[in-house]
Amino acid sequence: MSHAATVQPHGSGAHAGHHEHHDDGSKTTMGFWIYLMSDLLIFAVLFATFAVLGNATAGGLTGKEVFELPFVLVETMLLLVSSFTFGIAMLNMYAGNKGKLIGWLVATWVLGAGFVGMEIYEFVHFIDIGASPTVSAYWSAFFTLVGTHGLHVTFGLIWILIMIDMVRRYGLDATNKRRLACLSLFWHFLDIVWICVFTFVYLLGVY
Amino acid sequence: MSHHTTSIAGHGHGDHGQDHANHGTVKSYIIGFLLSLILTFGSFGLLMVEGVPRGWILPGIMVLCVVQLLVQLVFFLHMGTSESQRDNLQAFIFAVFVIAIIVAGSLWVLHNMNANMMPGM
Repeated sequence: MSHAATVQPHGSGAHAGHHEHHDDGSKTTMGFWIYLMSDLLIFAVLFATFAVLGNATAGGLTGKEVFELPFVLVETMLLLVSSFTFGIAMLNMYAGNKGKLIGWLVATWVLGAGFVGMEIYEFVHFIDIGASPTVSAYWSAFFTLVGTHGLHVTFGLIWILIMIDMVRRYGLDATNKRRLACLSLFWHFLDIVWICVFTFVYLLGVY
Repeated sequence: MSHHTTSIAGHGHGDHGQDHANHGTVKSYIIGFLLSLILTFGSFGLLMVEGVPRGWILPGIMVLCVVQLLVQLVFFLHMGTSESQRDNLQAFIFAVFVIAIIVAGSLWVLHNMNANMMPGM
């Protein structure tokens, strides 16, 4: 990049430029955090909808009849471990270990893909046994809430693939670091939303 | 890449202390992960293990949920009261405030409406 060339001729100017660059990164992360907070509001509204429609099963299947906690526990473990592996990936990024960073990102991706795969299997199974979104308001709310989370994870998986490719092509430059910092927030955020999903949808559903 | 090396040299020592506070360490991730594991197994255990008094289950899973949210916010998202985190914390507290109004308000209003519906509807 031309950045290195401009450093040589005038020192102080490059320094100011550097500061600007740094500010830019932290502002992006801050802005991304505010996006996450607005995303949190979307989930809050979907949770409120689900809670309001908690008994609206129209005489059909209830969550208690179809939820299987061991299955949900495995899903939860996949997402929780993936959150941990992403954390380790970020530590390797800050330490400058490009190879390890990519390795841990791949591990995170595999775990996340396992989660999405299980969720798709679960959805297909529920629809098969007669708990589809068209059956009752309860199942509409269930598929909307859990599906929205699943879609977020899916987009996170796509983003991880893109970042693996970006890191391989351009290395650990400031842009990639900033983007990975945002992706890390996104991924941990989805794990936090899932804690509420398994508590309020599955555990309370079985209770 | 030349760009990469200059930016490392430029930041260097100045940011290092802050880096630690913001990004966590292997130790903090392991602590957060182990706590999350314990809390998750606790939540599922309350419903999956036979013989848990029914009165404990509801408050139990609520408390474990809130504690696990806090654990992950602190250990994974590095939320805290340090200067670099203050803006994020403020945005989060505001979001929680709005969420509390939306969720509690929705449940309250719609419960009332349900309760006042004609019987059998």
